[in-house]
Order: sequence, then structure tokens, then C-alpha cells
Amino acid sequence: MYVLGDNGSGKSSLLRLLCGLMQPELGSIYWQGEQVKHVLEVFQANLLYIGHLNGLKEDLSPIENLQVNMRLAADHAEKSDVLDALEAIGVGRCANLPVRVLSQGQKRRVALARLWLTERKLWILDEPFAALDSASIDVLVARINHHLNNDGMAIITTHQDVVISAQSTQVLRLDL
Amino acid sequence: MNRAWVTIFKRDILLALRRRSDVATTLFFFLIVASLFPLGIGPEPAVLSSIAPGVLWVAALLAGMLSLTRMFASDFSDGSLEQMLIAPQPLPMLVIAKVLAHWIVCGLPVVLLAPMIGLQYALPNDALLVLVLSLLLGTPALSLIGAIGAALTLGVRGSGLLIALLVLPLYIPVLIFGAGAVAASQHGMSPEAHLSLLAAFSLLSLVLAPFATAAALRISVE
Repeated sequence: MYVLGDNGSGKSSLLRLLCGLMQPELGSIYWQGEQVKHVLEVFQANLLYIGHLNGLKEDLSPIENLQVNMRLAADHAEKSDVLDALEAIGVGRCANLPVRVLSQGQKRRVALARLWLTERKLWILDEPFAALDSASIDVLVARINHHLNNDGMAIITTHQDVVISAQSTQVLRLDL
Repeated sequence: MNRAWVTIFKRDILLALRRRSDVATTLFFFLIVASLFPLGIGPEPAVLSSIAPGVLWVAALLAGMLSLTRMFASDFSDGSLEQMLIAPQPLPMLVIAKVLAHWIVCGLPVVLLAPMIGLQYALPNDALLVLVLSLLLGTPALSLIGAIGAALTLGVRGSGLLIALLVLPLYIPVLIFGAGAVAASQHGMSPEAHLSLLAAFSLLSLVLAPFATAAALRISVE
């Protein structure tokens, strides 16, 4: 599902509500027919959220960062798997540099490398295509398509005209 | 599943090792503040040893305060905190991991340095021992209570000063019993009662503070 809208129309807030970082004032959020707050652990174990902040530590290398993030999400990844994921999105060369020396686009790609590592049903991605070059966007779109064709779900906010080819794509337009 | 808190603990220690200047600031602050008093008051051993317990404890307390703002600030600004909040892990456990790492990096060095500073104040050996013991038992409470303040003031402008206002009043009992223990041993009394109360205070904050901190973090991130 695409979430479109102008700057400040509440796209990010909607995503933060969906993953439980904010609580809705009215209404409730459901996961497979149950209220999220009642099945929080199950929901969180199915969720992969990458916000507009990358969640990377400047003083750690991409490999260390991803291994910490995976462990935190109750997953495990061998070093070689992490390296493969970084290769897949084209930042394999930077795998052992501290993140602070990487460019904005490279940092984004390191954060997005988690998409190749976890098997989560629901992806919530806030502006995943921002700061990426066109080659990386193609790689990312292919990965998202693969996920959707394997019974995955993705909720994505974007500005770019990126075409996701999966059969059931919905568009939610937020207007104030 | 509980491996996650070990991961966070190791990560924070590793980050501190890669950025040693942060640790050094705390330590040098303690060293300098504690060294200023003998210079200002004069080298009279009787006076110095009578003010030593209070001065050393206040210096340790302020040095600990100095590093509190950093406890969650970088996690907050780079998005790691969001990932911690939505992780399928009990948040209070992750908080304990972070506080433990903070204490090892900022609290423990002060505890180890204290006896050397104590020599400047002409403290006798048994009082030095009690000083170390009291800091060892009391500083965990300072880190745990401080974490609540650090979490509440996340993202607030001028948070350093605000933390001081929030947290220093809560430090008063620790200060009283910590300095009291050293003073008791100087006067030939047993410091046991003071030390037990300090330990009790640390245990109580270990049970309550992680939950309060976790709740405060959720509010701050929202």
C-alpha cells in the first residue's frame, strides 16, 4: 500500500501510529482481527519498520549496526549473511567503515539492507526511496515486489513515481 | 530472547570505547572539582578530613549528572531508540542494559578514583575503604534515578539544566547516607547502617526505575 500526501499531511505520523510508537486518540489498530495492543508481541515479531531515521550508530560499522539491529529484533544473522545483504543493495564495499564516513544515500542503503535479512510479514517503510540513486531504487523495487509476491505486505510512503508491479497495490492519499 | 539486552549492553560499551573522550570528561570533572576544595580552603588536615565525605560525594554526584544527558540522546537522534521501542523485547530490560553500561563507563571509574582523591583530604585508611564501599553501593542508584530524568527530558531544549532540577532532589537521600557512612567511620562508629540503607536504595531503584524510564521513553518518543 502506498501512502501519498503533501509534506506535513501526516504520512509519517500514520506509520508511527501503525507500529505503535504513537497511540491513537480515537479508534484502534488491528492485526489479523485482534487489537494490536492485545497481541503486541506477535505483532512486533511480524513487523519491520524503517523510519525516516536510519537507526544506525555513527561509530559502528554497517555490519556491527545491522547485527545489533537484528539481535534487537529477536533475529539472528551471521556476518556472511549481513555482507550478502549489503552487497545486494550495493554498499558491500563500505561494510567495515564507520557509518559516520558514509554518504546520506549509503547510510539509507545500509538501513534498508535489513529487508534482505529478516523474514517479516509486514514492512512499514517511511520514504525508503529518499536519497537513493536510480539503480538502488530499481534493486529496492525488485526486492519489495519479491516480498509482495510471497504473501508479504508493505506500507510505503513516497514522493517518487515508483511503480510496484504486484497485483494488489492500494493507494491511500492523505489530504488535509 | 533475553540476548537482546546483552547486545545493547555490549554495543554501548563498544561505543564508549570508541569515544573515550566522553568518559574522560566525567572523570576529569570529578578530579578537578574534588581538587579545588583543598586549594580554596587550605591544607589544614583536620578541616579537610571533616568536609571530605560531603565534598567527595557531591563531586561524584555532579560528575554523574554531567553524563546523564548522553544516556539516551544519541539513540533518540539517530533512530535507534525507535527500533528499541518497537522491538519484541521487554523495554525495561533494555533500559537496565543501558543504565548498567552507563554506570560501568561513568560511575565505576569515579568509584575507583575516589580513594586517590580521598588521600588529598587526609582521610584515614578505613574511611577510604568506607568511601569506596559507599560509592560502590550508592552510584548505581544515581544512574538508575538519573535515567528517569534523562528519558523525561529527551528532545527538550536545555535538557542538561532540566535534568539537574528534576534529579538532584531525588539524589538527596543517597547523598545523606553516602556521606553519612564515611563520616560515621571517621568518628569511630560502624558505617553498616548507612551502607545497608544505600544498598536498599539501589535495589529499590533497580526494581522501580527501569519501568518509570521505559514509560518516560515512550512518552518522549511520541
